[in-house]
Amino acid sequence: MKKKTIYLNTAFAAAFGFAAAAAHADDVRFMCYSDGNECEVYEDVLSRFTADTGIGVAVDVVPYQAILENLPVQLAAGTGPDIAKVTDLGGLNEYYLDLAPHVDRAYWEGSFGETLDWYRGNAGGDGIYGMHSQLTITGAFVNATLFEQAGVDLPAAGATWEEWAAASRDVAKATGTDFPMAIDRSGHRVAGPAISYGAKLFDADGNGKLVDDGFTAFTQQFVDWHNDGTIAKDVWAGQGGSTYQDAAQEFINGELVFYYSGSWQVGRMDENVGDFFDWKVVGSPCGPAGACSGMPGGAGIVGFKQTSQPEKVAAVIDYLAQEDVYAEVTARTKNLPAHLGVAAKGVEFQDASPAAQDALNGFAGALPAVSPIAFQYQGYAGNRAMYGITVERISQAIVGELSVADAMDRAAADLEAAMAESK
Amino acid sequence: MLSIISPIMRIVEIPMLALQRLLGINKLAWVFLLPNLILFGLFAFLPVILNIFYATTGGDNVLLADRPYVGARNFGTLTDCSNFLDPNSCREDKFWRAVWNTVWFVTLQVGFMVGFSLLTAIILNRDIRARGFFRSVFFFPVLLSPVVVALVWKWILQREGVLNAFLDWTGVGGINWLVSADWAFGWSVFISVWAHMGFYTLILLAGLQAIPRDVYEAALMDRSSPWRTFRRITLPLLSPTMLVVLVLAMIKGVQTFDEVYAFTGGGPGTATTFIIQYIYEEGFAGAPRLFGLSAAASLLVAGVLVLLTLVQLWANRSNVDG
Amino acid sequence: MGKVLSFLTATRGKNGKLHWTDWVSYGYLTLGVFLMFGPVLWLVISSFKTEADLQRFPPTLLPYAQETVQVDGYDNPLPLFLMTGGDYEGQTLAQLRRVGSQAQMVDPANPDERLRVNIANREPVEKLHLATENYTELFERFNFLRFFWNSTFITVTATAIMLLVNSMAAFALSKYEFRGRMTVLLMVIGTLMIPQTVVLVPLFLIVTELGMFNSLWGVIIPGAATPTGVFLLRQYMITIPDEILDAARMDKASEWKIFWRIIVPLSAPAIAVLAILAIMWRWNDFLWPLIVLTQSENFTLQLALNSFQGELQTDWQSLLAMTVLTLLPISAVFMFLQKYIATGIASTGGK
Repeated sequence: MKKKTIYLNTAFAAAFGFAAAAAHADDVRFMCYSDGNECEVYEDVLSRFTADTGIGVAVDVVPYQAILENLPVQLAAGTGPDIAKVTDLGGLNEYYLDLAPHVDRAYWEGSFGETLDWYRGNAGGDGIYGMHSQLTITGAFVNATLFEQAGVDLPAAGATWEEWAAASRDVAKATGTDFPMAIDRSGHRVAGPAISYGAKLFDADGNGKLVDDGFTAFTQQFVDWHNDGTIAKDVWAGQGGSTYQDAAQEFINGELVFYYSGSWQVGRMDENVGDFFDWKVVGSPCGPAGACSGMPGGAGIVGFKQTSQPEKVAAVIDYLAQEDVYAEVTARTKNLPAHLGVAAKGVEFQDASPAAQDALNGFAGALPAVSPIAFQYQGYAGNRAMYGITVERISQAIVGELSVADAMDRAAADLEAAMAESK
Repeated sequence: MLSIISPIMRIVEIPMLALQRLLGINKLAWVFLLPNLILFGLFAFLPVILNIFYATTGGDNVLLADRPYVGARNFGTLTDCSNFLDPNSCREDKFWRAVWNTVWFVTLQVGFMVGFSLLTAIILNRDIRARGFFRSVFFFPVLLSPVVVALVWKWILQREGVLNAFLDWTGVGGINWLVSADWAFGWSVFISVWAHMGFYTLILLAGLQAIPRDVYEAALMDRSSPWRTFRRITLPLLSPTMLVVLVLAMIKGVQTFDEVYAFTGGGPGTATTFIIQYIYEEGFAGAPRLFGLSAAASLLVAGVLVLLTLVQLWANRSNVDG
Repeated sequence: MGKVLSFLTATRGKNGKLHWTDWVSYGYLTLGVFLMFGPVLWLVISSFKTEADLQRFPPTLLPYAQETVQVDGYDNPLPLFLMTGGDYEGQTLAQLRRVGSQAQMVDPANPDERLRVNIANREPVEKLHLATENYTELFERFNFLRFFWNSTFITVTATAIMLLVNSMAAFALSKYEFRGRMTVLLMVIGTLMIPQTVVLVPLFLIVTELGMFNSLWGVIIPGAATPTGVFLLRQYMITIPDEILDAARMDKASEWKIFWRIIVPLSAPAIAVLAILAIMWRWNDFLWPLIVLTQSENFTLQLALNSFQGELQTDWQSLLAMTVLTLLPISAVFMFLQKYIATGIASTGGK
């Protein structure tokens, strides 16, 4: 089948005098998506790898949609790339290549620790399936200049969501700012706050369970804040389905006092806010349940079983996992390192302003506050279904299509149906 | 261009002539149909057949061989409703919300689409200056990809978009268009008419120009009023073209997806979630991928569309075989 | 002069006067130009804005960037501000840095003295600036020509195949009496009901089975099987009088010749419309190539365009610039083809 394709391609190239691009048939294909400059940096770093080892790597930059929606179908049909940067870490586990036979287990376990577990999905075991290339953690950005103008003090560390909401409302009122607060439209983003409100997210057997008292309490609070204008309605009500939506533009324009997003926004804030105002990262506020949890996340690089050259695939990923390479990529892409060795030494981020450097360090410092539930949720194979349901049903409650109670009933039923089908 | 094609066509004529002698003229029709039937069979019909298999199986596996047979369960899930008019009473409330949204959307969209296309075609058919230019202008949005259509209008309508800046400037005050369910729905109708109107205008224009001039001249002699001329002459003579436009507009309307999906994502809430988006999200974009449910929904929709089309064709049966 | 006047006023109204319906017509058309072109023009202008400029509200009509100045003793150019109040009102100062609501500024003419001002008392000095780097970066970043070639190849081949195959089928369905005609026609109309979006997965499996995964043919061939084309062409060909065909048959013309020399030329307007549609469909195709093509040497422009959409962030300036670039070729093709549609429609007017 593959031969036929190559034959067809050559036929074209010959017929139309168009030489195939630099890629060779035995190159390792790396399907990559960018939230900034990641793919460019990988391409650059891997070109050195090719020069050293002679193993060619072709980086194919695709829209994130291709990774999320198409890659699983391609893998199921037995096609697709050799390596990919993925975010559905546990969900695709059945297609992953186990790197353990090809790499130094001690080094990997020492360097990546518990993130290795996120890639094991439902299968469990001790296989090494993927390298967590960028760690993210959710947290809040605040517009410190607006606080200063309003003469309101920033709530101290350990302040609750309600205290932040009250302070943000005061600031917005005093300064005429459009919105006190906003949270990204994403099930992942609200998971941290929900945990802080007491959501357990799992039942006693470790199966996903979305709706409990804590989750409902958070939803009620969240919907109330939308209705009284504390939270910008645009973000959650301006979209449908489980579409992602952020509020970075509002924050950058100085129309937002408190913005709950995550560490990946630092580069963008740094570049676009510039000298317009002072911004600060304040981590995740605390909830009535005592926790002050954010949500870890990020993307990782995995190899696939169906590849015809597993040794090469393992060699490429192992190269990217080496401490010096990993540190370089992290510095150039302004991400938080998941590599424990790199994290311990600290990263000197490239071209980052002092504010951005502080912000990234602030996020890294918030990691210990992350609840174990959040770590478990991040590695859970069914989390995408739960994120999607969260967004859809809470949105309906926000726009008034469903009451909070109905939305919670629907969410629970949705998850039950989804779990029944995916067994 | 023609100098390359003509010799090829002459070469093709040789086997075609032989086939014509062999089969006779009427059976030759199958030869003309064959290439299309092969493409159709493989890439349009076979997928639909496979869809039927998907609709009767469950689970979230992609390959049919791995999927357990569940009979009509998926259809049962979709139609499990105590009151079809109230989505909240249905097991798959999202499906029924999408259905009713689509019904409203298509009614409005086809109405406006046909109305404005006809109006534009009539005006463009008048003896006006720079007709070619104006014709191109109205067709231009048809060239844009759905994603671009959505992008352009989102850019204009967002809270901080140019329309609100303009309204602020005039003192009317901006409206948060895409956060209000009614406005978002209205704008969805608007952009889909905006994007596709040119196509139907062109078809109607072709139809209008095919009406012989002398018929109008006769009407002018009779001192018939313009409105009467329009109703008694233009509309009846235009009806075969109108049929094409109506059938296509209705089918394409029900199939509206890309541009609205990229525009509002189906929101706020589910206000602009249409049936194809439901199918796409259940079977493709969502997690887990419920191919069975989505295939069942697609078959239900196709069934309704076939019925509606047959009704339209039957109502206009005199024109079908023209 | 009189000639110009009559040119401008040549309308339905008599005696050179504009009838009220003409006013309405022109008014409608002018509004149409504004509505149809305006949004796209806005897109084009926006594509020349810097990212900071793109995100600002209220948006400016033209792209602006803050003016900077090189001041002695400082390595980087400093942004310029016009003071609107306070002690230095009316002066243009360069900013060193800002802390909270206070800014440290210098007068470019007198760089040694540092001034402290409140940020409420200043506004940035701006100048027109076309962010052409949005475009040049695209060419540096990836193999634009390669993607352009792939898109063109797919579009041209798929359109040619579709036009030929569809017009042959439409000819058979409109001009022959044979058993099973109605069945085939219903089949065509039936498949019209199922959009590609709905059958993505089965279609993908079929294409993969046929070995067309990651090949341009995997986009071209399934794309050629659209029912809309057959339906449109058939409805048009029905209106061609049978007498013409009978006359040709009397002259012993073969059926293929009748198709090629009579039916196709007479259907030119419908074929031109279909050609534009086909070109547009294939050129703008996104969802389908996204699943069939995974290797960058096969990527189309639409895939490259959308690769600016990450999980969490969208690179708007590159996305807008790329959108404009993908729009250019198809607009050019349209301008070329629309002439044929116009004459084509005009030539059918006599029938």
